[in-house]
Amino acid sequence: MANKTKEDALLRPKDVYPKEEKVDTWPYLVRKELIAILVFSIVLVVWSLVMNAPLEDLANPSLTPKESKAPWYFVGLQELLVYFDPWLAGVVLPTVILIGLTLIPYIDPDPVKGVGQYAFKKRIFAMFCFIFGFTMWFVLVGVGQYLRGPYWSFYWPWEDMEVAKQVEVTLTNLPLPAGIALIVCFFALGLTIPAAVFKNFYWKAGLVRYYITMTLFMFMMFVPLKMILRQVFHIRYVITTPWFNI
Amino acid sequence: MNIIVQMWRSIFRTGVADSPVHRVFRVVVNFLLHLHPARVSKDGIKLRYTFCLGGLSLFFFIVTAVTGGFLMIYYYPDVDKAYASMKDIDEIVPFGTFMRNLHRWAAHLMVIFVPLHMLRVFLTAAYKPPREFNWVIGVNLLLLTFLLSFTGYLLPWDQLSYWAVTVGTTMAENTPILGAQGPFSVLGPEEDMHFILLGGTTIGQPTLVRFYFAHCVALPGALAGLMALHFWRIRKAGGISRPL
Repeated sequence: MANKTKEDALLRPKDVYPKEEKVDTWPYLVRKELIAILVFSIVLVVWSLVMNAPLEDLANPSLTPKESKAPWYFVGLQELLVYFDPWLAGVVLPTVILIGLTLIPYIDPDPVKGVGQYAFKKRIFAMFCFIFGFTMWFVLVGVGQYLRGPYWSFYWPWEDMEVAKQVEVTLTNLPLPAGIALIVCFFALGLTIPAAVFKNFYWKAGLVRYYITMTLFMFMMFVPLKMILRQVFHIRYVITTPWFNI
Repeated sequence: MNIIVQMWRSIFRTGVADSPVHRVFRVVVNFLLHLHPARVSKDGIKLRYTFCLGGLSLFFFIVTAVTGGFLMIYYYPDVDKAYASMKDIDEIVPFGTFMRNLHRWAAHLMVIFVPLHMLRVFLTAAYKPPREFNWVIGVNLLLLTFLLSFTGYLLPWDQLSYWAVTVGTTMAENTPILGAQGPFSVLGPEEDMHFILLGGTTIGQPTLVRFYFAHCVALPGALAGLMALHFWRIRKAGGISRPL
């Protein structure tokens, strides 16, 4: 008995799988892989035959184009430049995204729920967070890539990008005390209300997991909040200091 | 012996006969297939479960690596020659345009499929124990995929690449503390993150060589190494995730 306990301690419970139905890798998996590779080989060959990779004029550092866009997968971050200063949009937010993604397995309080299935209802909060962030990334990419014209002006698909847009409405900044109050309230409420409402989640996650999760969550929600402040209330900065603006 | 059978056996070593033992053997003794276990979970390999996203990401990486090697033969990472060598590839080199297109579109597909694979892994909770660290490796693979694509973007040395990379690297100038323009900056424009990244204050010859090295050697090497670790850990964690 003593021996068995020691061995069990070395293996985490989830390392041991229940008995399950297995099939031969050859042919059942190998043929699927072969078909997938063939299909996408055809896609690639046809795509490469009908469409050429772009090549514009020789690089000219003294000729700034009317619209210079980052590669499409980073255009979402470029789109965020409308709402945030570059140190936030280009450095802090991507870093927080990477840290958040890395921490996902460690802040998820349940080691078993939903494994191996698309169980949307079992993991509503987790699913919401990930799908929300994932969608936001690609929506921002879409807006930046297709709806932004010269000088990053906004154009609907039916509008002519050759026609110059009028200068946008004047923007105001929040007074510093109001801005600090807004940010403190935003994070304070975000960190405390869920603990009071979803007690189960709070106790299951524990203090450390809970605060990391909710901090990351509030960081993510700060992005749409800032967009609303700008688009609806015409507020440019929430906090203005001589050293940085948020 | 039939010559066809002889050829087949010389390549695949396991013969043409089919039996449960042969099937296992065929996977175990094959250099490529031995990445897989000989038998796999029936639920784990369903198309509607994985959508082949991870495997296809690997496939697109292989396509970009092979076509990238071809392009390397004709490309010079020199600001005076780079654009001309792109024109050569497009207009003179046999199958040059085709290979460049393959490289570009496979890279796009890789940048699309790696996040989709991550989405699939999240939705099926496959990052949960014992696969937590493999998720972390995966996040790094995603970052490397983006960086690979981004460094490759500069190499054609046309207006598109020059200004797109200008937009991207200007962010480094604004890094808090370590960027010359960022909040609380302590470093000047000739010693900050941006300077280290570009090898100068603007994109030039040093930038091109840096990005060329990163794109052709450092990043693919790191990606290949981490991928090996990623696949090995899938096996060590008991294969593809499935309902517990």
